[in-house]
Amino acid sequence: MSGQNGPVLRVENICKELGGKQILNRVSFSVNKGELLVLVGPSGGGKSTLLQCINFLIPPDSGRVWLDGSEIKIGKKQDLYSFRRQVGMIFQDFNLFDHLNALENVSIALRKVKKWKRDDARERAMAELARVGLADKANLYPAELSGGQKQRVSIARALAMDPKVMLLDEPTSALDPELIGEVLSVIRDLAKGGMTMVMATHQIAFSRSLADGVLFMEDGEIVEQGPIGELLSADAQTRTRAFSAKLNELYEENGS
Amino acid sequence: MNGLLAIWEALPYLLHGCLYTLIMVIGAMALGLAMGAPMAVGQVYGNRYLRASIGLYVWFFRGVPVLVLLFLFYFGLFTLLDLNLSAFKAATLVLGMSSAAYQSQIFRGAIQSLPRGQFRAASALGMSDFKAISTIVMPQALRLSIPAWSNEYSIVLKDSAVAFVLGVTEIMARTHFVASRTYEHLPLYVAAGGLYYILTWLGVKALLRLERKARIPGYHVH
Repeated sequence: MSGQNGPVLRVENICKELGGKQILNRVSFSVNKGELLVLVGPSGGGKSTLLQCINFLIPPDSGRVWLDGSEIKIGKKQDLYSFRRQVGMIFQDFNLFDHLNALENVSIALRKVKKWKRDDARERAMAELARVGLADKANLYPAELSGGQKQRVSIARALAMDPKVMLLDEPTSALDPELIGEVLSVIRDLAKGGMTMVMATHQIAFSRSLADGVLFMEDGEIVEQGPIGELLSADAQTRTRAFSAKLNELYEENGS
Repeated sequence: MNGLLAIWEALPYLLHGCLYTLIMVIGAMALGLAMGAPMAVGQVYGNRYLRASIGLYVWFFRGVPVLVLLFLFYFGLFTLLDLNLSAFKAATLVLGMSSAAYQSQIFRGAIQSLPRGQFRAASALGMSDFKAISTIVMPQALRLSIPAWSNEYSIVLKDSAVAFVLGVTEIMARTHFVASRTYEHLPLYVAAGGLYYILTWLGVKALLRLERKARIPGYHVH
């Protein structure tokens, strides 16, 4: 058993090659309980692939993953499924189940994976929808929800499983600008509530105010990592700072 | 006048034939569904060997005329295996096996048209592949398949007329029987055509209702 202070999630030497290109090259990091770690860097740098390799949605070529100190052996299907139950995943394009309403989207895994009774699952799902501010949308189907609402349902769906850690793959990148705020505010509440999270994002300002650490990824490698304040401080000569300055420039251009 | 009279007199007998036709077609469609849906899943998610075997099955049943299939199985394989099936059961079985080949391709297309992300989201929640397919993929794929399935119903319904050659007393056989006794061929075959038309219309109408009922609110397929 690892102690209370050990990392919730630890990833070591993840490698992934796709079509002759090294997408991930010996990526290692760990995240402690209650921490929010942001994954930044240019698109195509491997952020999304890394997150999906961590819960083996994309099987890594090599590398090891620990959850709460115990290593995940993916050879045994049941162990893999049980690991995934404890790791919440939020996708860029939501991936809600189109044939189920918001409530059913949240309760389906409780019923089918955790074998909860229908009423219990329903009650829990309602509570999670309320937590993301969507109690009044419980009966609406994904096609009837806005992008921001869809992403909040998908967060509720992940939360209902009581994950030990959540992986968020650019949760606001597919959203219209005016819908980003509602999703970020849900994530902010989670961070303040002590949820352990790893989030790929381009929201530098948001990260600066909330993140405990930054991983800067480029060309499949983590080129910089550390506390966000240090990497972004005004006199830091870091890739992270140069990259976020570019992003800021872009937003200012768009804003004027 | 004689023609109308012949139809009138034969009508109860022909309507009884409708029952045989309908049961045969419903049985064949059900068998086609029971075989075609897992075949589609196998073809999308299965390994190389499973995909190849299903491909072979589809290739065979789509490549051979139903009439040839009927003879091949009824006089050939079923006799060889000493199955001793009635003509009615044999015809239902063969029509079902043939329809399974077509239905599997309907479902395969529907499965492949679904966004892949939903399967990944289901996996990420800890669902096994089987669970993700049965609770997330198939309920949507089957919904999307209803229009094509209704088309398949109308085809199987008319294919079922060939069961007449085995002596199944369905619409066609009964019409042929009455026509050859009364010599009122034209009006009687027009009547038979009318009965097929009505059965097609009813079935398509029922499936359209099902399609509307199963529709996901706000979700439109363009």
